Amino acid sequence: MRIKEKIIEGLLLLSAAISILTTFGILYVLISDSYPFFQKVSLLEFFTDTQWTPLFADKHFGILPLVAGTLLTSGIAIAVALPIGLTIAIYLNEYASPGFRKVIKPILEILATIPTVVYGFFALVVITPYLQNFFPEMGGFNALSPGIVMGIMIIPLISSMSEDALYAVPKSLREASYGMGATRLQTSFRVLVPAASSGIIVSTILAISRAVGETMIVAIAAGQQPNLTANPLEPVETITTYIVQVSLGDVVQGSLEYQTIFAAGITLFALTFVLNNISFYFKKRFREKYE
Amino acid sequence: MSKRNSINRINDQVFKWFGIACTIFGLAMLAIFLYSVLSEGIPRLDWQFLTSLPSRKPENAGIFVGIVGSLWIMGLTALIAIPLGVASGIYLEEYGKKNMIASFIEINITNLAGVPSIIYGLLALEIFVRVLGFGKSLLTGSLTLSLLVLPIIIVATRESLKAVPNTIREASYALGATKWQTILYQILPASAGGIMTGVILALSRAVGESAPLIVSGALIYTSVIPSHPMDDFSVLPIQIFNWLSRPQKGFIVNATAAIIVLLGITFIMNGIAIYLRNRWQKKIKW
Repeated sequence: MRIKEKIIEGLLLLSAAISILTTFGILYVLISDSYPFFQKVSLLEFFTDTQWTPLFADKHFGILPLVAGTLLTSGIAIAVALPIGLTIAIYLNEYASPGFRKVIKPILEILATIPTVVYGFFALVVITPYLQNFFPEMGGFNALSPGIVMGIMIIPLISSMSEDALYAVPKSLREASYGMGATRLQTSFRVLVPAASSGIIVSTILAISRAVGETMIVAIAAGQQPNLTANPLEPVETITTYIVQVSLGDVVQGSLEYQTIFAAGITLFALTFVLNNISFYFKKRFREKYE
Repeated sequence: MSKRNSINRINDQVFKWFGIACTIFGLAMLAIFLYSVLSEGIPRLDWQFLTSLPSRKPENAGIFVGIVGSLWIMGLTALIAIPLGVASGIYLEEYGKKNMIASFIEINITNLAGVPSIIYGLLALEIFVRVLGFGKSLLTGSLTLSLLVLPIIIVATRESLKAVPNTIREASYALGATKWQTILYQILPASAGGIMTGVILALSRAVGESAPLIVSGALIYTSVIPSHPMDDFSVLPIQIFNWLSRPQKGFIVNATAAIIVLLGITFIMNGIAIYLRNRWQKKIKW
């Protein structure tokens, strides 16, 4: 009996250890497959060259255009999602009736369950033609439309997590503010938002990280031209789109093109890893504050 | 003083309406979106479309290969990810609460949950396709998605186990049951609803994924129906992606109709998950 119990515990531990294997697998693959790339291309060139043309005859290996494309689309997404998501969180928390909140929250969360390829369709077929009414010079592929659509996708991420953070602020703070004669708006922005700031920051950083790693929306609607620009009306290529673009073609394993997707991958991993860990840091601080 | 007071009141009202506007914006986007998909796709959606193979002519093309591929992927991912995820959850919640390994595993899971899905595709391309030699098969695809959704299942399992009160455990031990007997006959049945909810949400995520599968080698265009885990395959989201990248209007309409099917699957699965969660929360009152 006791041996059987030990064996079972061992098997359970083995299953749980798969998470460790996965983490090390990811690190191993990204490092070992991009290592040969960085032997041919110096880090200096990788980070300072302003062109990314590994698939052309005149090869340049500067990651900046891809990073710029990623940051531009993610920036637009956050510019849409943060004000709207935070306003919804405050509205549902301080203004709306509990019944309304109970109905609206799950409906908004539907936005987060829609597969991203479907959002890509939305950006390409619905939003881009609509925006062309206002910006006739804008092409079929651009940074603006997928950025806006990614923003819509991450609204529930920000609104739900921020609302939880606002809700967790002790009632006494809220009541003290109302007792001083403050309005709901003043209470929200001068008491609740500062008190819940860690939680709101966590939700925002996680949303940015999600947008940075998002693939299908940008692959469908942003284009496949590495473009070092801050103009949202131009087509851009993100890190993720580049990986998809190469994967769609027939790339010989071990070739330099094959290695570039791992070099792009490790850059993407580093970006999201830093963002995620900043959010963990804030999350920890947030917990310590009120418990 | 009273002037400032009324300005404050006005600001408060203005923000209230701004809040309503933002909420409506979110809902309106969802509505516009569903309307544009339904209005364009429904006329195209018929039996022929569901049961036909891909074709170079949009009016003859169908999504049968994609549907079969997606069902295979969902089934295999369930077979792989459910036992592993539930077992990990049980270990972390019931066995390894205070030890170092458990807390190290926890850090890993939290980090993995934030890794972009396309990175899992790169992992699979090197490990499953090349090192283990599984090729660009259904097995590779479902292993990739299993790793991707494991954190969801683990977290859901832990939450549901945590909700079972300690008195149940103690009562079972008092009757002479071992730890594993207690888990198997008492704790798991009591938390099955919550675990199922997490499992369905994880599988619905897997059905909608395409980026990691494209990277690990799923086919963009195929008219061969897979019949074995080692077969090549394509899935519904990839078929939609392929059609969206074609210039002909007919393929865009096809993509819209395929989106209705994909959304149907996703919404039904999420609906079941929500239903199970509500029923489970209502039924069990400790």
